[in-house]
Amino acid sequence: MKTYYDPEDLKKFGKIGEFQKSMADKFFAYYGEVFKEGALTAREKSLIALAVAHAIQCPYCIDAYTVDSMEKGCDEEQMMEAVHVAAAIRGGASLVHSTQMMNKVKEISI
Amino acid sequence: MKSLKAQNHPLSDTQYELQLLESQETGIPFSEKLAESGLYPLVPTQIEILQINLGKMCNQVCKHCHVDAGPDRKEIMNQETMMECLEVISKHDIGTIDLTGGAPEMNPHFRWFVEEIRRIKPDAKIIVRCNLTIILANPKFHDLPEFFKNHQIEVVSSLPYFTAIKTDSQRGEGVFEKSIKALQMLNAAGYGQENSGLMLNLVYNPAGAFLPGSQEGLEAEFKRRLGSQYSISFNSLFTITNLPISRFLEYLLRSGNYQSYMEKLIEAYNPIAAANVMCRNTISVGWDGYLYDCDFNQMLELRVSCTTSQHIKDWSLESLNNREIVINQHCYGCTAGAGSSCGGATA
Repeated sequence: MKTYYDPEDLKKFGKIGEFQKSMADKFFAYYGEVFKEGALTAREKSLIALAVAHAIQCPYCIDAYTVDSMEKGCDEEQMMEAVHVAAAIRGGASLVHSTQMMNKVKEISI
Repeated sequence: MKSLKAQNHPLSDTQYELQLLESQETGIPFSEKLAESGLYPLVPTQIEILQINLGKMCNQVCKHCHVDAGPDRKEIMNQETMMECLEVISKHDIGTIDLTGGAPEMNPHFRWFVEEIRRIKPDAKIIVRCNLTIILANPKFHDLPEFFKNHQIEVVSSLPYFTAIKTDSQRGEGVFEKSIKALQMLNAAGYGQENSGLMLNLVYNPAGAFLPGSQEGLEAEFKRRLGSQYSISFNSLFTITNLPISRFLEYLLRSGNYQSYMEKLIEAYNPIAAANVMCRNTISVGWDGYLYDCDFNQMLELRVSCTTSQHIKDWSLESLNNREIVINQHCYGCTAGAGSSCGGATA
């Protein structure tokens, strides 16, 4: 069955330089730098990545950072809380726009 | 849960296991990878560690156990073989004696054996791989922390996670609670306490088909969680990769993860870890006295290659130092990522 998303394609991510090498090299160097231990631990960064993966609904990223979070010692409860953070921000982003709707309602109402 | 052997499971046949590993579809032979790193044939550096398996009997039946240990396993080392081990220990400059099982403490000659090793080698590092719950399994084991302390034993214990749900899913119902109590008893005896000189190290291995993360990062997290929630302290955390043999192999096959796990191990091959594999400085002794390059080869019944020194009673340091280490596809488990050994990461 043909689908737009194939889990096998995740393994090919490192090969995107085939069509444009210099930009890919710069991207992967940057990517590696971002996920190193820093002011945030690699574990904390993995949980952020997992939450963002859900916010942008990237199936490759969800697979990759579920495994990465588990490898870094996160448990299911922590991972689900990270997803709820993403959901809260996404939901909040919609809801906070309701102030614009409320403003408009008030503007045009007697 | 019964052992694979008690179930008459096909994977309790080591020939079947080896055929399966060798027939793996995407399996680049481990020897080829070693050759690329200039390490083939793999040879020993110097024998520094004698790891002795006192038997397959255990009070636990862990889902990932590469020994296929459990209460239904009756193979344990007898006193005659222990005496042959003592003979080797007394004659050679082997600095570390690493006692494992099953639960080594269940061997009725365990305490005698430890006392004899300490008497013969007062300065040797003696490690006991204690599963923790054995300390609480029977009143006769309650004084183990004091026994370990009196003989200056280094205790190495598995604790796959700092929560009950993940620990119990791998090691059995109620194991986490008992492990915490046992760790508190070891701490009370001075183990893992600063400046006590009594070493308590924990072993983390993933509860599933994924690799262990950074040993340093996991150690910090374990120390934070065990310290704040249970007032437990320990010295170091060793991360160990699950090798695709025995019960873990059974899990991989049953769950459909075998192919992807092997691909992951091969993809994560690290030449630095390969240069530091434990089989280069260790000899593993089986419960029946036969010699192996490592504990995993022991469980696959792959004896050391030097035919003149295959049993502890025929120990020849020269032959063993000049042997070629026996390898197979499961060896990828020790060379993936940061590497894996009985002492944790190697790269």
